[in-house]
Parts: sequence; structure tokens; C-alpha cells
Amino acid sequence: MKETKIYERPKSWKKGVHTHYCPGCGHGITHRILCEVIDELGIQEKTIGIAPVGCAAMMYDYIDVDFCEAAHGRAPALATGLKRTRPDQVVFTYQGDGDLASIGTAEIVHVANRGEKITTIFINNAIYGMTGGQMAPTTLVGQRATTCPEGRDPNLAGYPMRMCELLATLKTPAYIARVSVAQPKYIIEAKKAIKKAFEYQISGKGYSFVEVLSNCPTNWGMQPVKAFEWTVSAMMPYYPLGVFKDFDKEAE
Amino acid sequence: MARVLMKGTEAIAEAAIQAGCKYFFGYPITPQNEIPEYMSAKLPKIGGAYVQAESEVAAINMVMGGGATGTKIMTSSSSPGISLMSEGLSYIAGCEIPAVIVNVMRAGPGLGGILPAQGDYFQATKGGGNGDYRLLVLAPSTLQEAVDLTQLAFDLAFKYRNPVMILADGFMGQMMEAVEIKEYKGQDYDVVPWALGNMEKRGKRTILKSLYLDPGDLEHHNIKLNEKYKKMQEEEVRYEEFYADDADVLIAAFGTTARIAKSAIVNLRKEGKKVGMVRPITLFPFPYDVIKERASKAKHVLVMEMNMGQMLEDVKLAVGERTPVSFFGHAGGISHSVKEIEEKIREIL
Amino acid sequence: MAKGRVEVLEEYCKSCGLCVAACPMKVLRISEKINSKGYRPVEQYKEGCIACKMCAMTCPDAAIEVYKIEDNQ
Ligand SMILES: Cc1ncc(C[n+]2csc(CCOP(=O)(O)OP(=O)(O)O)c2C)c(N)n1
Ligand code: SF4
Ligand code: SF4
Ligand code: SF4
Ligand SMILES: [Mg+2]
Repeated sequence: MKETKIYERPKSWKKGVHTHYCPGCGHGITHRILCEVIDELGIQEKTIGIAPVGCAAMMYDYIDVDFCEAAHGRAPALATGLKRTRPDQVVFTYQGDGDLASIGTAEIVHVANRGEKITTIFINNAIYGMTGGQMAPTTLVGQRATTCPEGRDPNLAGYPMRMCELLATLKTPAYIARVSVAQPKYIIEAKKAIKKAFEYQISGKGYSFVEVLSNCPTNWGMQPVKAFEWTVSAMMPYYPLGVFKDFDKEAE
Repeated sequence: MARVLMKGTEAIAEAAIQAGCKYFFGYPITPQNEIPEYMSAKLPKIGGAYVQAESEVAAINMVMGGGATGTKIMTSSSSPGISLMSEGLSYIAGCEIPAVIVNVMRAGPGLGGILPAQGDYFQATKGGGNGDYRLLVLAPSTLQEAVDLTQLAFDLAFKYRNPVMILADGFMGQMMEAVEIKEYKGQDYDVVPWALGNMEKRGKRTILKSLYLDPGDLEHHNIKLNEKYKKMQEEEVRYEEFYADDADVLIAAFGTTARIAKSAIVNLRKEGKKVGMVRPITLFPFPYDVIKERASKAKHVLVMEMNMGQMLEDVKLAVGERTPVSFFGHAGGISHSVKEIEEKIREIL
Repeated sequence: MAKGRVEVLEEYCKSCGLCVAACPMKVLRISEKINSKGYRPVEQYKEGCIACKMCAMTCPDAAIEVYKIEDNQ
């Protein structure tokens, strides 16, 4: 009998740390995927991450690469300064839906439109997690949140923003995709997309953006497994998975 | 480089380039547009980059990102744009990132006007952004001084790992004057221990952040920052004295206002009137000691600013009850005339 | 089908149950033990693991290691 370890904690996952995330939160899964991709691409020593304001504000405690912390929504601008001065580095922003689709809308649209050679990982959990479950720009119609206790009313708050579709109207970005971490089959695709996004950055193709449909068991008031079922049953119909823009496909 | 006739804004831009600044992030606003325009033409040719940001909010965060890699970075704006940058300035100071910010002030509040003013003294020296932080604030009064202080600003930014602001006014920005802009190497600061992008050289990663959820940690961080600000107060106070030692009327003014005051002082001295001036060059750290000292021998202190009385508060703090302090200001884009300053002083004497 | 087993890094497990739901062979369950953070770590409670890594891939806390078992010839 011979035993081979075929999965272990990624090398760039900081040793000995417990994350502060609630049990079953998709932030952790996405962090793990990020670490796996960083390891597989061998870029740990030349990657600079930008942490958002949101539940992932302390992600630098978990991923062992250089990090800078941005003000709420400003990560794309910060990334621009980093990448312009150090084009040899791999730069990524990691942002929640409040961070990216509300307070940082101008920054995300323009970083994409300038085609900065950076990668954005956008965690859509349809809620403001960190501040305790307020309505996000991505909160679904009818979904309850602490600031829309009767459910989101599109007459008052408009319809949830589809950021991939919105950004895909721009000519410049190289790669825009929506994935999910709700279940293993989606996680496999999510990892492929995130890896591709980094590869596009490294090969200089341009700006890459991956939206991750996640969850927030705590503020949704659901058990983790149920929460991810809701990601599939409620979020996916409104936020279809897929590739919205691909430099390689366009070049063909 | 020999002395050449240049517009203030362009002189500041060229001075920065000669100090080794190759990256500029900004957003257009009058009266400083020549700085981004100059940078956009020059920087790509010397292997640097100019990025026109989508807003001043974004511009200052690009500055933060560029500074975070230990690179010499500059942005410039004017009053309403600096308001938008205040969030970023607080984060830059909190994360201890070097950066140079030029404010070519215009009259406010709100959209105000596009004519020169000095109404951002409070904003520059007392905050703007949130929390216990300080900017080093340098206030030139001639173009040559604007050039020299811009170059010094890069040194100070790296020495203290802190944002440094050049606080100029619209006159200085738009005025033409002969200046000499030397190549300025400045000091060599080793950024590898703290700057991002050096994990390979350093052997371990680094984090630049201002978030400290543990109250003890945050207090420690604030104490550390405060020690830095104290060191600035000990080592970086800069000022000019002009006939200040025997002055009966001591003027306190900065920037263009001080320059105009000088002409009045020269005229009044010819009439035998003992008028002098202390001109703060650093607004933070403020030259309290010299003002206190000179004011103690004067009969009257006259503060002049192109605002409704902002530096006035610091001068009063320095002077205390000993000597009467009065204020003569203009706000809205009007500057003091030499003649009205002379009249004002004759009234006092 | 491949044979395998998993090792749960019990200290990091938050008993979220995602791996339990993800395992196609249903060999995982929340155990009766309690770790230092007060969570009940997951355990592999029976044979039948096929080393598919679904559990590890799903774990938000990177608390699962997977081994492949091969018979020596
Ligand atoms: C300028 C500013 N405004 C508001 C906040 C408060 N705030 C912190 S996190 C957050 C929203 C977080 O939601 P999201 O970006 O969706 O991240 P999540 O926690 O859901 O991952 C808000 C509003 C802040 N820190 N800064
Ligand atoms: S509040 Fe929501 S998003 Fe934040 S860690 Fe908990 S589950 Fe995750
Ligand atoms: S490796 Fe596959 S079969 Fe084995 S425990 Fe994990 S999910 Fe179940
Ligand atoms: S997924 Fe990870 S944290 Fe959740 S129960 Fe399984 S081992 Fe524990
Ligand atoms: Mg969110």
C-alpha cells in the first residue's frame, strides 16, 4: 500500500492561521482558490494583493503575498498606481459588492476601461456582509436586508446591478467572467477562470475581471449548505454564469 | 540649468521631474492644469507614466499605490480637488506612504471661484481627512522657492514616510518668473524593508495598512505616528524673517501675501517705520517659537492672509495675551495691494 | 475506482458541513469532538473515499488533506 498526498493546504495560504470568516463563507473558498492559482503559477514572490473594505479587509492575514489595504471602493485606483510603477509585479484587487458596485463604481469602470494590466476578483454575496446585512447594489428583488426589511423594491432601489454585463460593454477589458463557488462543479470552473484571469495579466493581454457568486450564511440567515443552494436557485437565474468578454476569442 | 523664464505651475512640474519623479496621477482643475499637461507630455518620454484619473478620489489612490512601491510620486490639484483627496491623504498617512501633493489654492468654499486664495490653510494643516494624522505643509512665496521646496518635498516624504503638501496659491501658479531648476538627487532612502514588490529581495512579504482592530495596537500605531510628527516639529520648522528683530509691527503672512507684504515693509522702513515680518515656510510644523519670540518685543502683530483668518489661530496661539493681534484678509480672489497694507500699518502705528 | 482517505485538520474546521454535502460517497460527517474554537470537526467515519478532492475543494478553511491509496504491485 502506498499513500500519496494529493491535496494539502496551499503554500501561499498563511501557516497556522484561523480565518475570521463565518463557517461556510464563500470568501474562504475564494481565498483558497486564489492561493492555489498563485502557487500553480509560481508567482507568490511577485504578487501584490489589494484588500478591500468589507469582510475580506483582513485577507492579508491569510494569503502570504505583499498586500496593501485600500479605502472602501478604491482598490482599482490603488492597483493602478502599483502596477504602473511596478509592471513586473502581478497585482490583484479583491472586492465585495458594496465595495465594487456601489462606493467604488467609478474606480472599477475606469480601471477596466483603461485596461490596467491587473486582475479583479469580485465577490458578489448580494449583501453588505461586514456592516451587518444592509442592502447591496446586488441584493435581489424581494430579498430582505436590514435596510430593506420588506425586501428590495425595484421602484425605490432599482434592479440589482449586473457588473459583468455592465463592464462587458466596454471595449478595452480583456477578460470578464462570472463564476460561482457554490458547489464543487462550479468551484472547478471558478478556479479555471481565476487562473486564466491571472494568465491574461501576466501575458499582458489586459484587464481581467472575475465575478464570484458567493454567499453570506450569517446575514442571509441560512445554514451554509442552504445558503449555497440559494446562490444556485436564486442568484444564478439573475446572474448567469459565463464568459462575457475574452480577448483570445475576439482575436480569432 | 541656467535661469529660465517659466510659469509657476510648469516650474513646479519640471522641478519634480528633476527630483526624480517619473509618475504623476491627476485630474484637471483650474488653476493648475499646466502641471498635468506638462507631465503628460514629459513623463512617457523618460520611462515614466502619466495617468489621467477619473477623479481626484482615484488620483490620490493611484498616488498611494505608486508610493506604496517606494517610488517618487506626485499629484496636483486645486482646493475642491484636494477636498476629494482628503480620504486618500488620511489613508496614505495612516499607511505611512511617501507622496507629494501640490495644492494650487483657489477661493472657496464649495466651487468658489478660480481666482487665487489661501483658504485651505485649515484643510492642509488641521486635517481634511479623518483621524490623527498630519501632512508636512510647505508654503513657497516665490517661484524659485516653489521649485526648491518641491524638490525638498520628495526628500521629506521619504524621510518621514509621510505625505508632503506644497501649498501654493493661484498667483504663484500663473505667474511667470525666472527660475533655476537643478537636477536634484536628494537622499537615498532604502525602501526595500517596507515597500511593496520586494518580497523576493526581502525574503518575506510586507503589508501596508491602517486597519488595527485591536485598540491597543491602534493606540500604539497612533503614538508611533505622533512621534514622527513631533520629530517634524523638532527638525523641520522653516521660516523667513524680514526685519523682524526690531519690528514694532510684526506681520505674519505666508505665500504670495507675504511677498506683497515685503514691498510694503521696504516702503515703510524708508519712512523709518519699524515694520517686519515672520513668514512661515512650513505651515506644519508651524514656527510657533520664532513668532512668540518676535511678538514679545513688538507692539502689534498683524496677520494677513487671503482668507478670513485661518493661520491667525496659530499665530494667536504663539503670541498669547502679550501682544495684540489683528487680522487683515481678503477672500474671493482679491489679493492685498501694497498701498492698502501700508495704510493698514500706518493706522496701527 | 481510486481509493483514498482524508485527514481533517481539526483545529481549522468550523463544522460548516459544506464538505459533508459535497462528498459524493457520503463518507464524512460532523464528529462529536470539540476543537479549541468550540467547533465540531468533520471526520471520515467510514471506508469508501475515492480521493476525488471534492471535500477539500469546497472547504473554506483549507482544513482537509486528501490521500490517494495505491496497492503496491
Ligand atoms: C467610506 C466608508 N463608508 C462606509 C464604510 C462602512 N463599510 C464597511 S464594509 C461596507 C460594505 C461591505 O460590503 P461588501 O463590499 O459587499 O463586502 P462583504 O462584507 O459583503 O464581503 C461598508 C459600507 C467604510 N468602511 N468606509
Ligand atoms: S458576514 Fe457573511 S460575508 Fe462576512 S464572513 Fe460572515 S458569512 Fe462571510
Ligand atoms: S475525497 Fe471525495 S470521496 Fe473522499 S471524502 Fe473527500 S469528497 Fe468524499
Ligand atoms: S468544509 Fe472544512 S470547515 Fe466545513 S465542515 Fe468540512 S472540513 Fe470543516
Ligand atoms: Mg457583499
